[in-house]
Amino acid sequence: MSAAADAHHDDHHGSGYGWKRWLYTTNHKDIGTLYLWFAFVMFIIGGIMALIIRAELWTPGMQITDPQFFNSMTTMHALVMIFGVVMPGFVGLANWMVPMMVGGPDMAMPRMNNWSFWILPFGFGILLSTLFMEGGAPAAGWTIYPPLSLQGGDHVPFMIFAIHILGVSSVMGAINIIATILNLRAPGMTLMKMPLFVWTWLITAYLLIAVMPVLAGAVTMLLTDRFFDTSFFSAAGGGDPVMFQHIFWFFGHPEVYILILPAFGIVSSIIPTFARKHLFGYSSMVYATASIAFLSFIVWAHHMFTVGMPLAGELFFMFSTMLIAVPTGVKVFNWVATLWKGSMTFETPMLFALGFIIMFTIGGFSGLMLAITPVDFQYHDTYFVVAHFHYVLVPGAIYSIIAAVYFWIPKWTGHMYDETLGKWHFWLSTIFVNVLFFPMHFVGLAGMPRRIPDYALQFVDFNQIATIGAFGFGFSQLIFLYLVVKCIKGGEKATDRVWEGAHGLEWTLSSPPPYHSFSTPPEVKAEHHI
Amino acid sequence: MSDAAHGDGYYVPHEARWPIYGSVGLTLLLCGFAVMLNGGDTGSFMMVVGLLVVVYMMFRWFGDVIRESEGGTYKHWEDTSFRWGMSWFIFSEVMFFAAFFGALFYARVFSIPWLGGDGAGGALSTNAFLWPSFEAVWPTNGPAAIGGAFEIIGAWGIPAINTLILLTSGVTVTWAHWGLKENKRGTLIFGLFLTVALGVLFVSLQAWEYIHAYSDLNLTLGAGIYGSTFFMLTGFHGFHVTMGAIMLFVILLRAMRGHFTPENHFAFEAVAWYWHFVDVVWLGLFIFVYWL
Repeated sequence: MSAAADAHHDDHHGSGYGWKRWLYTTNHKDIGTLYLWFAFVMFIIGGIMALIIRAELWTPGMQITDPQFFNSMTTMHALVMIFGVVMPGFVGLANWMVPMMVGGPDMAMPRMNNWSFWILPFGFGILLSTLFMEGGAPAAGWTIYPPLSLQGGDHVPFMIFAIHILGVSSVMGAINIIATILNLRAPGMTLMKMPLFVWTWLITAYLLIAVMPVLAGAVTMLLTDRFFDTSFFSAAGGGDPVMFQHIFWFFGHPEVYILILPAFGIVSSIIPTFARKHLFGYSSMVYATASIAFLSFIVWAHHMFTVGMPLAGELFFMFSTMLIAVPTGVKVFNWVATLWKGSMTFETPMLFALGFIIMFTIGGFSGLMLAITPVDFQYHDTYFVVAHFHYVLVPGAIYSIIAAVYFWIPKWTGHMYDETLGKWHFWLSTIFVNVLFFPMHFVGLAGMPRRIPDYALQFVDFNQIATIGAFGFGFSQLIFLYLVVKCIKGGEKATDRVWEGAHGLEWTLSSPPPYHSFSTPPEVKAEHHI
Repeated sequence: MSDAAHGDGYYVPHEARWPIYGSVGLTLLLCGFAVMLNGGDTGSFMMVVGLLVVVYMMFRWFGDVIRESEGGTYKHWEDTSFRWGMSWFIFSEVMFFAAFFGALFYARVFSIPWLGGDGAGGALSTNAFLWPSFEAVWPTNGPAAIGGAFEIIGAWGIPAINTLILLTSGVTVTWAHWGLKENKRGTLIFGLFLTVALGVLFVSLQAWEYIHAYSDLNLTLGAGIYGSTFFMLTGFHGFHVTMGAIMLFVILLRAMRGHFTPENHFAFEAVAWYWHFVDVVWLGLFIFVYWL
């Protein structure tokens, strides 16, 4: 491959140089890099919002925010972290890795790939600009339930159009990923030989195309209810505000799996590498992923048990939700079985992957508790819910993205990262993330409601512990930033294979790989099969 | 690279110059709309500029792709990507309409009967105190009779004619496709022309119907849940028919310029798929919005 790269030396950076290279690029690696840096910048912005929330909650009473701004912070923190960090982070990883993993030349639609990235900063520009508008930024929660969300100030149409733009970006990205996986595989790379990261992304992309348009429809109805006299969510005109919740969560629950399925794929790549064994139960992993995706469409109303549904609905959504524990359990048991009697080493990607398995499972168990309808009547809208979804999203989705960066950054840059700093990053993050989120279970069970800037005195101790954890976790990520920049600038030379136990086509390319991955399709051998 | 690109390998274009125009244009268009909705003065100007930029972007971007296509850049491999791309794009459109159909079904099956006191074994009698005179029957504009009394458009007038028009246009576009595959250019062009004409006729009849609804029937977007679902579903469908007709018109112009071969004409097929999709959505509308 390196000989081929030399032969096309003039083409090392595509056509442009400087900022034009990045603005006009059609290269899956450049676009992947853009996505990942965008996600990191958004991670800092969303993180600052989280720290404002935690600082306000240091003691009861109002300290540094007013209630309206506090609510804006919870709303914007969620929108930024979901649409600006986890989704672009995963799409960036897909851009970098999927063409290399399937032995393809690039993404299937390189120009559209450019647009799916370059519309994101515009969408977020619109969304973040609402912070400076009259009446402030959106403050009705990221779930934008009417009628409250319709009572906002000037931000309402801007927020709605920003969501439209982010949806367009996601759908274009998803279509590209599906076309790449289905059409650009090297000969011999059959579907059941694909790495699980490719499989999980294929299914995630399908979910994205199925539900992002539903969200677009839902916010369009919000727009017309506010500005064009429609009555979708107004009982006076025969509509129903609860109808919004149904449509929103029909999007929202598959969205939750959009945020976690690629993480399953990442962990399924890392665990076998550092256990030096093949993944246990490959095909059951594929079927479990597909089952989770299917179930995600029939569980949505577990987000709204207290809204007043018929008993049959409560029961149906309770049992269908509990069913998800089966395929998820298959996955966790398969990871543990892969570790069983493996020759394990504990480099940073492995540490983050193991942290993922343990802490994601904690979040999964609290999810099972929330699935029990009568119990949820107590938990609903408390900090227990906050603890639950932060356990699956921070030491879950975010940890998997960080693990993926450590795992693949030697391949991307050609340099090994600083292992000592990586371990510091892992241990500080893991200690602080539990200090941050574990106490929320207790205050939640004791009745502290979410999205409230003030609280009763008995919750002070646990809130202060959580705030200490939040600042510790936040500042620990600066180690990550420093480490990544250091790794890009230099470091010990990485080998092509990088990790002793690594399998897969991406490890057959040089580190860093040539600008165009596989100009001619590679031969897929049995040893590449994970 | 350029050699490799036109050889056996998959075609990866060098640079994408137009997406950034799309981003700027779309942002101007939507922000302008938002400013206008908030009562600002500059909104409509921003919208026009944004729309022009978007149209320019599409003109240039599609221009590049058409040039490459006619220049023989795309082989079977690239063609397959386009097919997957268009299929999944249409699926995303299906799901967009599903949100509005979902709203219609939810309102008719759940929220209207519940507003009339149904559900929970009749134990909830709030309706008896809040709006005792409300009758839970479809069509309705709700307990507060939002928008005042209105009449609806029956299925067996213009909507039935429109159904025939769209179904016929599905036949004519297939006829044009046969012509293309058998290299009968006259059939291709005449079939496409008929399809575009039927599309324009459909949209014109819809427009006439809308004017009738607003001026004679008091059926407006503001006519409660009936008006909301009626106009959002038929409106978005009409918008899609308009876009489809524009796409067909572009294909017609290209056919008249001698583009497409019997073997290689995915642009035609993509637009035909899209046209069949709006056709199927219309059948759903005809049954669930107009008829039942």
